[in-house]
Amino acid sequence: MVPPGLRGVLPVVLACLALAAGQRLFGGQEFFVYVASLVGVNVVLAVSLNVVNGMTGQFSIGHAGFMAVGAYAAGRLSLPLGDVAVSGLPVAASDQLLFAVSLLAGGVAAAACGFVVGLPSLRLKGDYLAIVTLGFGEIVRVIIQNTPALGGALGLSGIPQRGSLFAVWLCAFLAVLVARRIAESSHGRSLTAIREDEVAAEAMGVNTTAYKVRAFVVSAFFAGVAGGLFAHFVPIINPGSFTFVKSMEVVVMVVAGGLGSTTGSILAAVVLTLLPEALRSGFNRFAGEGAGAVVDQVRMPVYGLLLVVLMLARPQGLFGTRELWDRRKGQGARP
Amino acid sequence: MSGVGSAGSERPAELLLECQGLHVAYGAIQAVRGVSLSVRKGEVVALIGRNGAGKTSLLRAVSGMLRPADGRITLEGKDITGMPSHLLVARGMAHAPEGRGIFPNLTVEENLGLGAWLRTDADGVAADEAWVLSLFPRLKERWAAAAGTLSGGEQQMLAISRALMSRPRLLLLDEPSLGLAPQVIQLIFRILADVNGKGVSILLVEQNAHLALNLAGHAYVLETGEVAMEGAGKALLQSEDVRRAYLGE
Ligand SMILES: Nc1ncnc2c1ncn2[C@@H]1O[C@H](COP(=O)(O)OP(=O)(O)OP(=O)(O)O)[C@@H](O)[C@H]1O
Ligand SMILES: [Mg+2]
Repeated sequence: MVPPGLRGVLPVVLACLALAAGQRLFGGQEFFVYVASLVGVNVVLAVSLNVVNGMTGQFSIGHAGFMAVGAYAAGRLSLPLGDVAVSGLPVAASDQLLFAVSLLAGGVAAAACGFVVGLPSLRLKGDYLAIVTLGFGEIVRVIIQNTPALGGALGLSGIPQRGSLFAVWLCAFLAVLVARRIAESSHGRSLTAIREDEVAAEAMGVNTTAYKVRAFVVSAFFAGVAGGLFAHFVPIINPGSFTFVKSMEVVVMVVAGGLGSTTGSILAAVVLTLLPEALRSGFNRFAGEGAGAVVDQVRMPVYGLLLVVLMLARPQGLFGTRELWDRRKGQGARP
Repeated sequence: MSGVGSAGSERPAELLLECQGLHVAYGAIQAVRGVSLSVRKGEVVALIGRNGAGKTSLLRAVSGMLRPADGRITLEGKDITGMPSHLLVARGMAHAPEGRGIFPNLTVEENLGLGAWLRTDADGVAADEAWVLSLFPRLKERWAAAAGTLSGGEQQMLAISRALMSRPRLLLLDEPSLGLAPQVIQLIFRILADVNGKGVSILLVEQNAHLALNLAGHAYVLETGEVAMEGAGKALLQSEDVRRAYLGE
């Protein structure tokens, strides 16, 4: 048995070893790294949105806004640090340290926005959160578009490309770990109670506002980290990457995977990222260069259709509220 | 307001809950207008009245689900007016709301667990769980079932049990007999007497005046948001006005 003090650390160590091996094996293949990183970022986004929309039963549709805040905060911070090295460290280590600091800054900036947006809207019951998060996402985008220091509509380029498969998937792993910890703690039980019946949860002694805000802030933090990761492996970030369409993409992942199931969010994020990429490559190869663009055009209508079909055929999503690691049997996907 | 049978009605001395001049309003609608009442330690106090008299509104204000427009509420002498529900649970108040308010998609077990959400004494929680299951053995048979699939009577048993799981000193019940078969109602009232015997004070809202007044040491009659009568439960049962208006005689 693992000593109790190490129980939380051991999985992280194992994951690091596995990821380092993956990095060695695949690190050279550019396209593979790009797609796998994209998948990882979307896993972080879906898993974190699931904490709010799935576990807590609130409805946020502005996740791309938090991602944008994280991307621009981390990217803007890294920009002048491209040639800076922390003295006394090897270059690679110094790079990764600065990268980690930028990511953290992106996460914290997004979490702070989450707090400011969440506190007033989560105090109220009902659909206020959806409306406010929708507005927030758009406001962030417009502000970025009109801020020269952030590159405006053209975007921000020249951010040092410090991202790696290792970093992306380590963050994805940590996001899953945190989500799982939340779900299995008394915090998670209070979120379930809130999702089921907010008034009754309050009557059980749950400080519903505080728990909702906390869940929302954690969720925004990871969306910010996802944005920071994204900013460090794409050549340029611009407001077009963080539109309402991106928010909806993440919502579709969470709903398809099963509101409340972290496993479902992961799986849906993987499939719904790979599928369009595969289709795009397929079209490009067999229907001529440029034909793949059609995939991007039909993507949103297809997602919309997918949502409708899902709601009709399997409203609880792929996994319901179950997890792969559930010990209880035959539960979870309750009506 | 008229007192009935005040001579010789011996209420316990120690105050648990007191409302003074309580007003509750929904916009322009005045649901409760200047109600003063008290629950003494160890008592069952009944609150009866017609549909729309303001009983539920009063209970919601007491348990912090609504903020009263005016007036003062104290629990054991401390002002709790406008305090949110979750803090009142920590102070020993539990509310089984009208329509039961159980978590329909969670199991019986999970519902009971959430009732003890604030407690950290695992042994005490286990003991109380055993206790409520001995009160309502039916719940043990439905242990792993989603609460929404329980019958109305079973749901009411669950609502009361879940409220008891926080080990309250004051239990607020809103129409526990609503929609239940006479035998189930009898059972629930017998158990409420048991629970009260264990030292839990109860503020009971009921349409079923006969049962409520039989159980209650003290009772209030609410009419259009005001206390119309108060007195010992048994004394109100004898009162002409009450018999005519609430017991259909
Ligand atoms: N949410 C609300 N908004 C507006 N008016 C309300 C609301 N809830 C209750 N009322 C009104 O306040 C008055 C008192 O309602 P309340 O629910 O307290 O009555 P009650 O005594 O519990 O009735 P019942 O025996 O039918 O449960 C009624 O006139 C009702 O219409
Ligand atoms: Mg009522």
